[in-house]
Amino acid sequence: MSRLIVRRLLVSLAVLWLVTLLVFVATLLLPGDPARAILGQQATPERIAALRAQLDIDAPVWERYLNWLGGVVTGDLGTSTATQGPVNDLLGDRIGASLVLLVAAAVLSTLVGLALGTWTAMRRGRAADHTVSGISLVIAALPEFVIGVALIVLLSTTVFPLLPSVTLAPPGEPVWSQPSQLVLPVLTLTLVVTPYITRMMRATMSEVLDSGYVEMARLKGIPEKTVLLRHALPHAIGPVAQVIALQLAWLAGGVVVVEFLFRYPGVGQALIDAVNSRDVEVVQAITLLIAAVYIVVNLLADIVGILTSPKLRAEVTR
Amino acid sequence: MTAHVAVASALEVSELRVNTLTGSPVLKGVSYAIAPGEVLALVGESGSGKTTAGLAALGHFRRGLAPAGGTVTARPRDGEPVDVLGLGERERRTLRGHTLAYVPQDPALSLNPALRIGRQIGEVLEAHGYGTSDEERAARVAEVLGEVGLPADEAYQRRYPHQLSGGQQQRVGIAMAFACRPSVVVLDEPTTGLDVTTQTLVLRTVAALTAEHGVAALYITHDLAVVAAIADRVAVMRGGEIVECGTTGEVLRRPAHAYTRELVDAVPDLDRGGDLPAPDGDTQTLRVKDLSVSYGEHEVLRDVSLTVHSGECLLLLGESGSGKTTLSRCVAGLNEHHTGTVELDGAALAPATRRRSAEELRAVQYVFQSPYSSLNPRRTIAQSVEVPLEMLTELPKAARRERVAETLDRVRLSRELAGRLPDQLSGGERQRAAIARALVTTPKVLLCDEVTSALDVSVQATIIDLLCELRAELGTAMVFVTHNIALARHVADRIAVLRGGEIVEVGPVDEVLSDPRHEYTRRLLANTPRM
Repeated sequence: MSRLIVRRLLVSLAVLWLVTLLVFVATLLLPGDPARAILGQQATPERIAALRAQLDIDAPVWERYLNWLGGVVTGDLGTSTATQGPVNDLLGDRIGASLVLLVAAAVLSTLVGLALGTWTAMRRGRAADHTVSGISLVIAALPEFVIGVALIVLLSTTVFPLLPSVTLAPPGEPVWSQPSQLVLPVLTLTLVVTPYITRMMRATMSEVLDSGYVEMARLKGIPEKTVLLRHALPHAIGPVAQVIALQLAWLAGGVVVVEFLFRYPGVGQALIDAVNSRDVEVVQAITLLIAAVYIVVNLLADIVGILTSPKLRAEVTR
Repeated sequence: MTAHVAVASALEVSELRVNTLTGSPVLKGVSYAIAPGEVLALVGESGSGKTTAGLAALGHFRRGLAPAGGTVTARPRDGEPVDVLGLGERERRTLRGHTLAYVPQDPALSLNPALRIGRQIGEVLEAHGYGTSDEERAARVAEVLGEVGLPADEAYQRRYPHQLSGGQQQRVGIAMAFACRPSVVVLDEPTTGLDVTTQTLVLRTVAALTAEHGVAALYITHDLAVVAAIADRVAVMRGGEIVECGTTGEVLRRPAHAYTRELVDAVPDLDRGGDLPAPDGDTQTLRVKDLSVSYGEHEVLRDVSLTVHSGECLLLLGESGSGKTTLSRCVAGLNEHHTGTVELDGAALAPATRRRSAEELRAVQYVFQSPYSSLNPRRTIAQSVEVPLEMLTELPKAARRERVAETLDRVRLSRELAGRLPDQLSGGERQRAAIARALVTTPKVLLCDEVTSALDVSVQATIIDLLCELRAELGTAMVFVTHNIALARHVADRIAVLRGGEIVEVGPVDEVLSDPRHEYTRRLLANTPRM
């Protein structure tokens, strides 16, 4: 089993390396001169030349790539051209803030999605099933900013003025110091992701509940709760983990829009700022970060898939 | 007799009616009773409602079905008779696995692939509070594994279902059913899909356990030869009703109902056979020489050589995993990874179909095992049959149409079925269509790969009659691949016995059946149930 996991890990590393190449090439292809973009139209040629030298723009491409890659590997993401400070300092707090959003939304949507999916699978064809399916289809069809705006209108304006619509914490103060400001962004992300998990769980669970071994367990006189937890759930988790992984990976990107909407001081905001000010180093760092989240989450899903299937486990140890 | 049985019976089902949720009847008043220690066989074709009748004994109805009347009375080992259908879900659950046990048709699907087998047997005991301690339950798990002839040690109990063979899996299923010492066991075609040697073993286990512990057994099957081997009494089902019921000897030897007679006549018999057409000459149509196939270390076929004459039928006999399908796929050009040669009329054929000429492709045709998956569900029967003509001949459209109509007549599919889609046809009709598709190019060699194993016995008989006639009419050389030696006298002139990738015995049918040379053939013959 560990051999399969190690193999997956190596593949993940290779993919990550490919991503660094792509990210680097993509930033090279950005039109215009970064030095001019940073200094503005009034800059003198001397100042532009000085900045170019500082940015190392005239060095050969492969040398710049290796320097950057070396920095990434040793944990140094470079110097922000816009703020002149280290990218690490700039992103440190923001990664923490975004992670709070991601983890909260991930845990909430996974639990709710699995529970709702199982519940509707057991009530297939009844009113509860149709209601949940209908609502989740509508929500799945709405883009995240529509859901976010709808929530703001509903919960922080005249209808039910309960929660703040934007992040109120001053810079430097951790976002969780005022938990109420987290509710709307987390709720938005959760609502976007949960319908997919619910629908997939319902479909997989329906199939498992119709399987021979679940019927057999019932004919053995096993209590229904045990049938569900011991015989059905483990077989549904494997396939659904893949969908959850895709959704969580999407969260890493979807957080950009949601952070912008709620003025939330996370990496998404930082990415938008960096693109506006042509802060290449920060764009590179954040893109790489989001890619890494994708890869890690998918790796975890594969491992869950392997762990829940004894056949896969055995094939590898053999 | 009825009154006597009713007093002592462990299970009594009376006037049971089951409908679909839309109200159409599946069981139309089924009654039967089984005494302790007795085996009642419930016989019928697919769709006759026999599985529904069996599951109803446990108070279980599959999705879309609901009871519509009648009673099921079970008598636990220690206690008063209970009305199973009158109980709530909770009380029914305490009966299932404890008083009423079930052995499923396909153990590969019915054992939980993610749980160790010891645990799967143990949980029945736990659920019903068998014994007083974990040690006592563990001892019972080991004991019941021994009773079904499996090793009882810790290491074996820690295996997962996929680490067992089909026969072992089925015996785990039986151990699960007998673990709590039930008074009634429903066995739903437990030997379908097992080879004859394993089937005999499973049948013996069931017979011994029911007799020894005084268990009433309901044995559901479509195989009358198995019935003869195990049952005390037989109930024949058709269209949701029991049309005949009596002792095994009576029913099989002197069937009263016309349908039962039909069923009995359709059973292939090792000792009697149809009048087979004699092969019309000694031209070697198909010749396979030193054919070998291996996947890595694993050798599937080793130096297989055989010949088939025009108008002759060779029965290629082997159990699952013997390589018989691989061999026929090599001949058809569907498996190019082989060494050795395949010759047609003395000329070597290319290993892959894409390197064979249209003429060679027309000459070798294949009929697959399952007519449910071998016909394109989006094409009408006529369209499917026309495909080989489109691909392999230059015939104009009108001529192709004519040829398709002729061929459908030949396999006796009525014209009105030609425009239907496969899912509007029965299994037998589909297999006829598949045969028509193979015959439409008038092949010299027809490869039939287990063409009857997905079909009911009576349908099997008609398909085999059809193939024999066509062979006589068209002079086609035929390779009939099967695991069922009982078909030999009905279809074949010669037999080739394949075992572990090697041909262990070849010869004329009469010779091989009356005087088998190889130990393996002898064992197969000994284990084949007869009526």
